[in-house]
Amino acid sequence: MKLRVYLNFDEKSVTDPVIWKLAKEFDVITNIRSASVKEGMGLVGLEIEGHTEMVEASVRWLEAQDGVHVEPIEQNIIEG
Amino acid sequence: MSESIVRALKCRECGHEYKIEPTHVCEFCFGPLEVVYDYDKLQGKFTRELIESRPQNMWRYKELLPIDGEPKVGANNGYTPLVKADRLAKALGVKELYIKNDSVCYPTLSFKDRVVSVALSKAVEFGFTTVACASTGNLAGSVAANAAAAGLESYVFIPEDLEQGKVLGAAIFGTNVIGIRGQYDDVNRLCSEVAGKYGWAFVNVNVRPFYAEGSKTLGYEMMEQLGWKAPKHVVVPMASGSLCTKVDKSIKEFIKLGLVEDNQTAVYGAQATGCSPISKSVKDGTDMIHPVKANTIAKSLAIGNPADGYYANKVMKESGGYAEDISDEEIIAAMKLLAETEGIFAETAGGVTLGCAQKMIESGRIPRDESIVLCITGNGLKTQEAVLNEVNKPRIINASLKEFDVLAEADGVQ
Repeated sequence: MKLRVYLNFDEKSVTDPVIWKLAKEFDVITNIRSASVKEGMGLVGLEIEGHTEMVEASVRWLEAQDGVHVEPIEQNIIEG
Repeated sequence: MSESIVRALKCRECGHEYKIEPTHVCEFCFGPLEVVYDYDKLQGKFTRELIESRPQNMWRYKELLPIDGEPKVGANNGYTPLVKADRLAKALGVKELYIKNDSVCYPTLSFKDRVVSVALSKAVEFGFTTVACASTGNLAGSVAANAAAAGLESYVFIPEDLEQGKVLGAAIFGTNVIGIRGQYDDVNRLCSEVAGKYGWAFVNVNVRPFYAEGSKTLGYEMMEQLGWKAPKHVVVPMASGSLCTKVDKSIKEFIKLGLVEDNQTAVYGAQATGCSPISKSVKDGTDMIHPVKANTIAKSLAIGNPADGYYANKVMKESGGYAEDISDEEIIAAMKLLAETEGIFAETAGGVTLGCAQKMIESGRIPRDESIVLCITGNGLKTQEAVLNEVNKPRIINASLKEFDVLAEADGVQ
């Protein structure tokens, strides 16, 4: 499946390589489609692709990260 | 004339255009989509006289709404009073004050009837038979009522702790009310998942670009009722920030079409301090919106991660406006002031709008000698809990003239 999310990073998390860690931790394809980083805050439009369980687990992991806010753009199941 | 001038859906970020369909996100950059029009097709044809010749409802501006032909839902919605608020003006120490009173919008007493009638009309055009929404209350009632009148199946998703008046105000229409344990942002999150899975028309998810356009009619009416003039200052409540952007768009469209002169209108936004991500960004001088956990009695404005916050921020900055926020106590005080000076019982969001306007007048952000319009968007009967213990209780006496005489004497009545 493919899932599209907006990630909000606060001043604590904005310099952390969160998306790199995500790809290391889970077997998913991360595809940054938009990004804006300034004034101690970041906003990233991210597509996460992989097996359904893996994508869901990766989102749960993101949600558990300190200073990261995850907002699904929509649940768009293309396959799987 | 009823030729559609709708050109496309356009990404607000990258500018990519899409054909008209039930979608709201750019496939390239995930930016939000907005309806764009070929205004040139209307030049010289969409006149004040044509508009004035039509029935007094929001569809008198139908050429500027994204529907094909006639509305399928909510044919009588809109066209609320613009009240010249002289007593309130005196209380605030300003010269010229108006209230755009959407607390009496037909049929469910909030401005949501405007957006819902456009969203559901479009949903019917697209062939949907079930409509739905994530709601802080007013939208739920409006979707339920307008869907019932149009014979559509509906589901409304609300936070479980919503005011009783708003829950009842949706349930009476026979809709499916689903209470979610959590805040509005949790409801919204679930709805974006439901929308993807069930293929319904979610008015504030997949038909959002069309839905949002309905807000413009509040602005059109305001200008027509001012005698085809744009005000110098307009104050709107902000939840997602959408109304702020659409009031601004309505003014720009009327200027472009020659229906009003450019009055350099400044747009101001109002929030409750307990949920003020947009006003905070404006006051901090940044354009980044930090999501917050909402905690305010103004539940209809309690959106912690506002989808249009960035764009509302931009409108306020570019128009010369500002944003402000006030405490729950100030909201109640403002609700009472509006009721006692103008006889208008607004919901908590109305208290937010007035209270923030008052604060900006006192700080000099809004000048006292120029025209000001306050947009009141919902009815106080739906949020009675907020003021239940703030008003005088009835004094009980027997049906006896003697007893009333005693009471009247105590009041100093001659």
